[in-house]
Amino acid sequence: MVSSLLLNTVQLGVKSLMLHKLRSGLTMLGIIFGVCSVIAMLAIGEGASYEAQERIKRLGSTNVIINSFKPPEANDDSGSNQSSEIDYGLTYEDAARLQTTIPNVGDVVPMRIIRENIRFGRNQVAGQVIGTMSAYPKVQGLDIVRGRFLSQMDDKHQRNVCVITKGLARRLFPYQDPLVNTVRIQSVYYEVIGMVQETGTIEQRPKKGEAEGEPIDNNVYIPLSTARARFGETIVRRSSGGFSAERVELHRIIAKMKDTESVLTAEPQIKQLLKRFHEQNDYELIVPLQLLMEAEATKRMFNIVLGSIAAISLLVGGIGIMNIMLATVTERTREIGVRRALGAKKKDIITQFLIETIVLSVGGGLIGVFIGVATPLAVSYFTNMMTVITPWSVLLAFGISGLTGIVFGLYPASQAAKLDPIEALRHE
Amino acid sequence: MPDPEAIIQIKDVEKNFQVGEIEVRALRGVDLTITQGSYVAIMGPSGSGKSTMLNILGCLDRPTRGQYYLGGEDVSQMDDDTLSAARGKRLGFIFQSYNLIAQLTVIENIQVPLIYQGVELKDYDERCKELAELVGLGDRMDHRPTQLSGGQQQRVAIARSLVNDPLMILADEPTGNLDSETEHEVLEIIGKLNADGKTIVMVTHEDAVAARAHRVVHMKDGIIAREVTN
Repeated sequence: MVSSLLLNTVQLGVKSLMLHKLRSGLTMLGIIFGVCSVIAMLAIGEGASYEAQERIKRLGSTNVIINSFKPPEANDDSGSNQSSEIDYGLTYEDAARLQTTIPNVGDVVPMRIIRENIRFGRNQVAGQVIGTMSAYPKVQGLDIVRGRFLSQMDDKHQRNVCVITKGLARRLFPYQDPLVNTVRIQSVYYEVIGMVQETGTIEQRPKKGEAEGEPIDNNVYIPLSTARARFGETIVRRSSGGFSAERVELHRIIAKMKDTESVLTAEPQIKQLLKRFHEQNDYELIVPLQLLMEAEATKRMFNIVLGSIAAISLLVGGIGIMNIMLATVTERTREIGVRRALGAKKKDIITQFLIETIVLSVGGGLIGVFIGVATPLAVSYFTNMMTVITPWSVLLAFGISGLTGIVFGLYPASQAAKLDPIEALRHE
Repeated sequence: MPDPEAIIQIKDVEKNFQVGEIEVRALRGVDLTITQGSYVAIMGPSGSGKSTMLNILGCLDRPTRGQYYLGGEDVSQMDDDTLSAARGKRLGFIFQSYNLIAQLTVIENIQVPLIYQGVELKDYDERCKELAELVGLGDRMDHRPTQLSGGQQQRVAIARSLVNDPLMILADEPTGNLDSETEHEVLEIIGKLNADGKTIVMVTHEDAVAARAHRVVHMKDGIIAREVTN
């Protein structure tokens, strides 16, 4: 009984709206744009922050990364004196101290990173030689594709062995099997014992001053002790009119903490420890977890801004609906009078007009959801930009559109119900 | 006590309106009794109170003083919702300007009073079709009001006024907008309804129309000036 009345009222609402197709369509546009923009903007924002978060997560959320960093004062020195040697950065002692003094620390992996040309026969590729330890794959996402990674014995015996990245293997060994071959760096040959695929390194974030477009995955991993023996600790760069030499023991130390909670407590401790033994500010700390938290905070902020924009656009849409419904009530005063005379109670009139607004706003909402879901898909398809449509954003946008209908429909509906039937019947 | 024979009994009804500072006494003590099956015409010049009378008879308005018994029930002090229910259940309306709902078809317009009775519309499909046929619009049930002539629209209104099987049909100048030929048709239908036992109360200012009624009530200055029985 009640449902039949409701169904009837909904049908009537649709019929009344169809009477003025253009007007209803234009009114709906406000809601359509509101809902569509909420979903599309949230999907694009979510996609962007998802990408950023994934990149940070790949750095390892339990890692603390310490990079050697050429202090700014050192640059000034080399300016006045064209040939100079500067000594800065992390040391083997730092790595040892970190391992012994920081509570809850797991593996501490020291790294030397040297830019060199890597050769095989006539092929030559510019890349990075990374001297590191056997624990490296554990702290840095690394898939061993073939063979094995460096072992402790390799390090102990300063073996001339290396593990190369898949990207480098492809460039250096287009036709050969790398695992039965050797690569040459400077004048030394290294036996290839494994092939890995980097799932994420800090190099993926291009830093200022680095040549862009430099291949980021042309890495050769060799035992740290081998690196120390073959390359020394001084890197000499010759330039016109002189040379500059940098003496750096370790370029990076990655400390893997036992869990994420100890990351945040360890950070100040590491800072304090390093400060005690470094006179100059020649290192930087990267805490992926902190970056992640910052990214999340930014995302929250972004969501609030988007939410406000969405709220405003839906508010505007709602006002549009209210405006039209007030006009409709005036226009249909006579109909309201007739219905009242034929037995409609005030609440029947309220229901009728309220349902009409809800049909408008929910109809607009549905179209908006459709366009709002299609837009990010199209953006992803055409621009390679990642978008993530979250179900809650669809529900939220749709829910708000329905709510808008009720909120902005109540006033016109109550105006309609308030009409005196006699006056309404007399209305021309 | 209401007269058990009368379907309508009005006792010493007064109606005052506040227009700005001035109180207008539209009805100044009217007594009227209408029995089942009668055909009453209410006449009078403008300002005589006949419209106010019709509004009170139609439960669209409440008297300031006095009693109105509709089918033995005192409706003079009912609240808005109960009054709406009384209209929907016991009265049928025919208006001068037909007042059909533009977005609905003929058959849907006939159904409107049923919607507010909270009945299952499906159960009344047959009845609505019969009524459409009764007023000669059996072949136009899916037409919209704009596709109909004035006379046809008024016939739809008549069918609509019958759908709830009312105690009384109130007609307010039902032929006021019609030419003489269609006026005749419409009055024929109304006359036939009365012959079948329906109680009709009609407001008109045309003597020829009033002549068809059994009783003509002349109003003047808010009271019933005289009554003529045809």
